[in-house]
Amino acid sequence: MPDTPQARLVVNGTPRSFAGDPRRTLLDFLRLDLGLTGTKKGCDHGQCGACTVIVNGRRINACLSLVAMHDGDDVTTIEGLGSPEALSALQRAFVTHDGFQCGYCTPGQICSATAMLDELRAGWPSVVTEGLSGPSDPSDDELRERMSGNLCRCGAYSNIIAAIREVLQTEPREASA
Amino acid sequence: MSATYDAPDRRNLLDHMRQGVIGKPLDRPEGPLKVTGRAPYAAEYDLPRCAEGVLVGARVSNGRVTAIHRDEVSAMPGVLGVFADPAMLRRPAQGGAGKAPAQDVTQVDYKGQPVALVVAETFEQATAAAKALRIDYEDSSDSAHFDPDAAGVEPPKKPTDLGDLEAAMRDAPHHVDLIFRTEGHASAAMEPHAAIAAWDGGELTLHGSFQMVAYNVPELAASLGVDPARVRIVSPYVGGGFGSKLGISHDAVAAAVAARELGRPVRVVLTRQQVFESVIRRSETRQRLRLACDETGRLVGLGHEARVSNLPDEKFAEPVTQATKFLYAGDNRRLAVQVTRVARLTAGSVRAPGEAVGMQALEAAMDELAETAGIDPIALRKRNLPDKAPGEGIPFSSRTLVEALDRGAAAFGWDRRHARPCQTREGEWWIGMGVASAARVNMLAPAEARVRLHPDGRVEVESDQTDIGTGSYAILGQIAAEMLGSPIDRVTVALGDSRLPPGAGSGGSFGAASTGSAVLRACEAIRAELSSRLGVAAEELTLQDGLARGGNRSDTLVGLLGGDMLEETGRIEPGRTGKDYSQATYGAFFCEVAVNAFTAETRIRRMTGAFGFGRVLNAKTARSQCLGGMVWGIGSALTEALQFDLRDGHLVNHDLAGYHVPVHRDVPALDVILLEERDAVASPLQAKGVGELGICGAAGAVANAIYNACGVRPYRFPMTPDTLLDQMPDPF
Repeated sequence: MPDTPQARLVVNGTPRSFAGDPRRTLLDFLRLDLGLTGTKKGCDHGQCGACTVIVNGRRINACLSLVAMHDGDDVTTIEGLGSPEALSALQRAFVTHDGFQCGYCTPGQICSATAMLDELRAGWPSVVTEGLSGPSDPSDDELRERMSGNLCRCGAYSNIIAAIREVLQTEPREASA
Repeated sequence: MSATYDAPDRRNLLDHMRQGVIGKPLDRPEGPLKVTGRAPYAAEYDLPRCAEGVLVGARVSNGRVTAIHRDEVSAMPGVLGVFADPAMLRRPAQGGAGKAPAQDVTQVDYKGQPVALVVAETFEQATAAAKALRIDYEDSSDSAHFDPDAAGVEPPKKPTDLGDLEAAMRDAPHHVDLIFRTEGHASAAMEPHAAIAAWDGGELTLHGSFQMVAYNVPELAASLGVDPARVRIVSPYVGGGFGSKLGISHDAVAAAVAARELGRPVRVVLTRQQVFESVIRRSETRQRLRLACDETGRLVGLGHEARVSNLPDEKFAEPVTQATKFLYAGDNRRLAVQVTRVARLTAGSVRAPGEAVGMQALEAAMDELAETAGIDPIALRKRNLPDKAPGEGIPFSSRTLVEALDRGAAAFGWDRRHARPCQTREGEWWIGMGVASAARVNMLAPAEARVRLHPDGRVEVESDQTDIGTGSYAILGQIAAEMLGSPIDRVTVALGDSRLPPGAGSGGSFGAASTGSAVLRACEAIRAELSSRLGVAAEELTLQDGLARGGNRSDTLVGLLGGDMLEETGRIEPGRTGKDYSQATYGAFFCEVAVNAFTAETRIRRMTGAFGFGRVLNAKTARSQCLGGMVWGIGSALTEALQFDLRDGHLVNHDLAGYHVPVHRDVPALDVILLEERDAVASPLQAKGVGELGICGAAGAVANAIYNACGVRPYRFPMTPDTLLDQMPDPF
């Protein structure tokens, strides 16, 4: 076994440290070491998006990176976005629009959508955007394209897009993290 | 009151209640837990000293394990043990089995079948050792069949033969005789199958991901050779099931065996690849549809014969013709399902077994017959609704098919469709519209639920019923709130624990109507006691917002309870209503597609579904069930296909990168119309099931829209570009 790697990172505002098996993914670190099981393991291969978390403001699949690579990083998981008593705007909208059924892909959808809204505000284009300056008034197809890395087998897609659209329209200028 | 549902309960109790919550589109009560990541799923319990287990799949397609080289991995870091116990499962349990499935993992029935479990201190250590574990096999793949087209078929079980179909086909002015193929499907629930087993003396607690807890307990107990009374299953949140979690699978027994041996809790989570390779598949099908009609479009002959596959000794055969039996008229009929035996993983229930693939072929054939006979496709369907169930002569409990076709057509704008194909082109895309009927059998299942009315007016509902995303938490609470006149926020619902009364479980769309009826009956018993205390007849009692009224009397609920807690257990079992009537849910799909003139790629542009399934218990969760079904229909239509290598039977696309479930971009805005109806034959709630109806025929509407767009008749599902391309019209 190689030398034990170490990492110090901030998870949902709390400093955390890791020193252990270099094979440990960020996903398993969150779930098994920190008990933050809101981040889900659906495929462990970057195919489903259930493990989406926000690292330094950008969404990633936590199953595809090793925790040892995250020294100095700032990680936000679904637990960091809100609590049952204080839901984030997206979390509230997912409940209102029934943007989930079984709930297993849901934390990944919400983390992904949270970061995606910031990407829209920052003017990032996507493959469906006309031009390179980013959409000023994103269509539903624009949202669908940007959320297509997050699978939902229950088929709540229409409701997820409705939830995201509501937040997009009510909080267009929400400060990004 | 007898638990058996022998006579329709036409009192229509829920419509006479006053609380006003039944049917309302209320948010799911567990929603805040799910959207914040606080709802614990099977693998997410933190048990002290929990060891991690990883299963090892067979590398041969058929044969026997002759040696497991345990010694070579036992010294690897953290390894605690390698298990190949005779109790471990070779195959998962079929839905509703209630007994042990095929055990003994020394025999290999299909490639990827779990043959050993490696347990270590950490997940990484167990994974490394599982990969390093060397296993010797006696390979008898040469004697196994891998190609369903090449293996022999068994005679059909209980075929329907009425009249003379051959003569009807010969003599009728219009007929079609078509062969359809559908590929196998995976449930692919987002949560992989997982179990944490912990023994306390001789008592097992298993945190698992299950659909039918009351059946899973005896399956697990029998597999382990222990008394079911000493097995507790906890499954309050289930990350999707779609049939794949009806029965226990490899993870549960392996975790329990290892935990018993090691004297500490063991967690076993299937990898995504193992879920695909070893749990449950929907069989591929080959279907022959023969339809014959007279000059007016009246069906005189109807044939639907299917060939499906399964492993040797499995009784399950995808019931492809299930809805064909009752949906359309036609005196001369032949319906049959035949099974062929192949070395592929177990075939079993995947969302809407039977109708999910049978209806899409039937509805595509109906479209072709309509064209052949020169009749409007909606008119053809309406013209062929039988007065009584063909062959059985029993009445239909209720049927909203005509209303679904009419309301769906109006909402969709069906009148803008061109009857002839290739009439609309936008850039490089052909545009077309299609319609299909939806139908799915309806059934009750035995269920119990307990309701407690506390002295302060709080209501508790308890059952081992599961909520796999279906909305059980929401609708069971709404039924109790309506019946007991309680504000919804004073009702709590506890589910998914085998210590609670046995609910119906989540399968066959029967969970809501069955367990909901048990809740209704428990509440009815509580109402009887309350009306007696108030001194009025039960039917005079009105309960609303914690107040009881009746005759000229009134009291607060709390006052009436006088410090007592009232507790009742309600029960229901299927009875004569299930035999005396043909029960089904009905609907209609309307779809607009764009087919690329150069690549033959199909995109769904919009889709409308209108569905009738008795009383709507919660308009929000019911709509979501319909949406989900339609998304499955889109997958079945365009992308989903299990692909097996015909040389050795291995599943080529064993994960979500190769098996394509619909993603956001594949699903346009979907329109759902819920048709209000009351079906007292179906249940005392006047409700039927809704979890599967949204798939049943959906892909047929897509197929018909593809034809309408580009003039190519699809006969293979999924309708990928390669199945259409060589027949596409000149794009220029």
